[in-house]
Amino acid sequence: MKNHIWRPLLVVIALVLAILIVRAIVVPDDFGVHEAGYMYGWYREGNIEEWKDFKVKYQGSAYCAGCHVDKVEDRERSRHGFIECENCHGPAIDHPEDPPALNIDTSRELCIRCHSWLPYPTSDRSSIPGIDPATHNPDMECVMCHDPHHPNLEDM
Amino acid sequence: MVHGEAWTVKEFFVLPNEYIYWSIQIVLYPFMTGLVAGAFVLSSLYHVFGVEKLKDIARFSLVFSFALLPVAMMPLMLHLQQPLRGTYVMLTPHFTSAISAFGIVFMTYACIVASELWFVYRQHFVETVHVLRDKPQRSSGETLRMNLYSALTLGAWDLSDKALHRDHKAVTWLAGLGIPIACFLHGYAGFIFGSVKANALWMTPLMPVIFIMSAVVSGIALCIVCYIVTMEIRKWRIKRAWRKKHPGACSLTAEELRGVQAFEVKMTSRYLLIFMVLAVVLELLDIIFRGYTAVKSWDILREVIYGIDFTKIFVLQYGIGNLLPLVLLLLPGLTVRRAAIASMLVLFGVFMMRWNVVIGGQAFSLTFSGFMHYHLPIIPHNMETFKEGLTGALLVMGTPFALFYFLNKIFPVFIDEKAR
Amino acid sequence: MKRRDFLRQTAIAVAGAAIPLSALEIIDPRELLAARPDLRWIFLVDTYKCVGCGMCVQACKKENEIPLEANVTRTWVERYVITSDGQVHADSPKGALNGFTTQKIDLNAAGERKIDEGQIEQGFFVPKLCNQCENPPCVQVCPVGATYKTPDGIVLVDRKWCIGCGYCIMGCPYGVRFFHPEYHVAEKCNFCYHRIHKGMQTACAFACPFGAREIGNLKDPNDPVTHTVMTQRVGVLKDEFGTKPQVFYIGLNKEVR
Ligand code: HEC
Ligand code: HEC
Ligand code: HEC
Ligand code: HEC
Repeated sequence: MKNHIWRPLLVVIALVLAILIVRAIVVPDDFGVHEAGYMYGWYREGNIEEWKDFKVKYQGSAYCAGCHVDKVEDRERSRHGFIECENCHGPAIDHPEDPPALNIDTSRELCIRCHSWLPYPTSDRSSIPGIDPATHNPDMECVMCHDPHHPNLEDM
Repeated sequence: MVHGEAWTVKEFFVLPNEYIYWSIQIVLYPFMTGLVAGAFVLSSLYHVFGVEKLKDIARFSLVFSFALLPVAMMPLMLHLQQPLRGTYVMLTPHFTSAISAFGIVFMTYACIVASELWFVYRQHFVETVHVLRDKPQRSSGETLRMNLYSALTLGAWDLSDKALHRDHKAVTWLAGLGIPIACFLHGYAGFIFGSVKANALWMTPLMPVIFIMSAVVSGIALCIVCYIVTMEIRKWRIKRAWRKKHPGACSLTAEELRGVQAFEVKMTSRYLLIFMVLAVVLELLDIIFRGYTAVKSWDILREVIYGIDFTKIFVLQYGIGNLLPLVLLLLPGLTVRRAAIASMLVLFGVFMMRWNVVIGGQAFSLTFSGFMHYHLPIIPHNMETFKEGLTGALLVMGTPFALFYFLNKIFPVFIDEKAR
Repeated sequence: MKRRDFLRQTAIAVAGAAIPLSALEIIDPRELLAARPDLRWIFLVDTYKCVGCGMCVQACKKENEIPLEANVTRTWVERYVITSDGQVHADSPKGALNGFTTQKIDLNAAGERKIDEGQIEQGFFVPKLCNQCENPPCVQVCPVGATYKTPDGIVLVDRKWCIGCGYCIMGCPYGVRFFHPEYHVAEKCNFCYHRIHKGMQTACAFACPFGAREIGNLKDPNDPVTHTVMTQRVGVLKDEFGTKPQVFYIGLNKEVR
């Protein structure tokens, strides 16, 4: 050996080679620079498909109409017509395989999200008919008196 | 419980996802890299600039710097939510991120330190192997040592004057190359914080420079402390040997050692002083500049700096960590003991500085109208509070000493010059 | 060999060793190509219409499998109450998962603040979600390429590649990122990528009974959201960071941060 000074460098080169070999094995082929460039587009392309395959949970009231015609029609004619069924009942992922899995929430908390009176002049909140949950028939569930699907006071 | 919730207390208006995500381990991470860089720069002062007076401490700090190397990575690993994927930083590096570039710089630096160490100790390896090989009877420990050293020589057995001269030259070059890279390494740690534009406290181009200065300061301080401690142990051993009537066991007397020690410590603390003044000036410049320009974020920063973090910043960091050691070091007639105390205070001060940057940077909300308070988990009750609590911190702080103990067996720091 | 040569070659070799193959891919001609010319998702929030019911937050959590009880969320709603003394009172209890049901402002550890009804000059709600920035700082700082911008402008997180360093969480000026309590990787709003590419709305826009949230395509001139963004005075959040956020707000106030 002419010059021993290169020995540590050989070790370093071997190390780098080892990293490159590991890289070739571990890193998936679709990992690379994509459309957005190296700064924003350095990723594993397969992941986009993985996200697209994520399960959809909320179905929409058109779906419910297939079976709960009465409820849907009732609601549509009411002042709650704009509230999606699944907002109050939870996502109908596998419904109706397992009906009890769907939530029937009769708590006051559900209604006071919108109906607790808040005096905010620059928000539509103040135009919703509001009550003070502390004084408006406390200790009773709202649905005992109001029909959540058709709450119109004139039809009460 | 979500990550960060265990130690974060929110006050006033804080966004729902905001927690102190970077906790004690990220405080330790720049602290530890700082020690690495600082120790290396100290050793280079001798190798490159030929500051003869630092000769004895130079080899010490080089080995110590090597012992600290893996420890600089440890806090990062302990902090990762997916530690097993840590190697991805090397496999698919995204260089627009300071952390990924850090991985590469760190590895380069590690290679340089390792190479330098090899050149410094090659002669020792070869000589030891020769001695052991000539021994008629070897204990298993000695055989192991011989094999290890044989492997470590990497097949370079040449001990001619020419070869040794080459070693020496290589060390000089590597040490020279190492200084900018050590600064770069730690400047990068500063860049990791300084480049976060979302954080009003961190974002300043001064951050890398401040980090380099305090890195050198802490590195030198740690070397002084450790050097003093090891010297004390050596003195104690010599005294014991004397008492046991084996004076031949050591070639230096306790008196001689004391002289060397006092001299080295005095010299080194002079460098400590210089870098300390630089570090403090830069940090103060940063605060003054922020106060003077008083942009939108200043309102909340002022509340953090002069309000909730006042004790941590002005009493613990600047007072006890900077001013007090400054006075101790400047008073005439510097003794070894006083230098040791001052160095320990400096170490504490730099630690507090890291704390105030990392935790302080997360002490206020992105809304600029809320605060987050950090409560270090003392008693671990799950993996998270173990890793990112007092226990994890102690683990990280203890490791370099354990490593140094073992490294010292392979790379003996105090090869007796007289024995040569 | 000359010593000088040695130094030079060492320097070159070390520098070379420091750059793995991947770095060479930086110089890639594809970078010059524009992303999808026909699709760029944007979002429109109307702060007048929002009533702070939190249905969106709940729907988002259920749709995207973020545990309801975990105190992190991909989207949230903030309340701003400005009183006649000029003070701004803001909060977002649990990210408004259960809506705003009381007039008291939640101050976290500092308790609650009662506000005199007569003093209120302004009161409104601001839904927040990921801005899917054109220049996402969170992507820039990811050390491994685990978060990225898709050609249609959505920033996604690769749950199999994220190392969980938290740098992206620190890098986001909007605080939309967090660690997923179960997967232990960075998590963020992705405009319900699985829904929008099937032609559905995002879960939050679907759940909002008041039409305060809408998703749109900036590249489609007939898109009503694009039309609003182009023809009305809309604002974005924290544009001083140069992130070019793509969530537009109607009725934004300077107090909103
Ligand atoms: C394929 C038909 C079908 C569709 C579509 C459907 N359901 Fe149902 N649903 C049922 C059946 C069957 C039951 C069980 C009726 C019973 O037990 O009396 C049920 C029960 C329910 C219940 C009561 C659950 C309980 O615990 O008793 C609710 C609430 C409900 N559905 C809501 C919805 C909503 C909201 C949708 C739309 C997203 C929907 N359903 C769509 C068939 C359907
Ligand atoms: C404002 C919230 C709300 C909305 C919106 C809503 N529901 Fe309900 N729903 C309730 C509540 C509360 C109950 C329980 C009523 C009770 O116990 O008296 C209920 C009960 C039901 C039940 C089972 C009990 C029964 O009366 O047969 C069905 C089925 C149902 N809802 C379907 C629907 C469908 C379909 C829609 C959409 C068209 C819808 N709901 C929209 C709140 C709501
Ligand atoms: C998503 C918000 C929301 C939720 C949740 C909600 N409501 Fe309503 N509700 C409204 C709005 C908005 C109106 C007024 C609609 C209008 O004026 O056309 C309304 C109207 C009403 C009215 C009629 C008032 C009138 O003057 O006729 C009653 C009663 C009512 N809701 C009761 C309930 C009850 C009971 C619940 C709980 C099961 C509930 N609401 C849940 C938004 C909500
Ligand atoms: C004991 C029966 C009862 C219960 C329980 C009850 N309400 Fe009412 N609610 C009424 C009656 C009767 C009226 C109409 C007369 C009035 O304005 O007080 C009314 C009126 C309302 C109105 C219209 C107010 C307005 O000014 O237009 C809303 C909104 C309302 N209720 C919501 C709720 C909600 C939300 C709950 C549950 C938290 C609830 N109610 C519980 C009986 C009830």
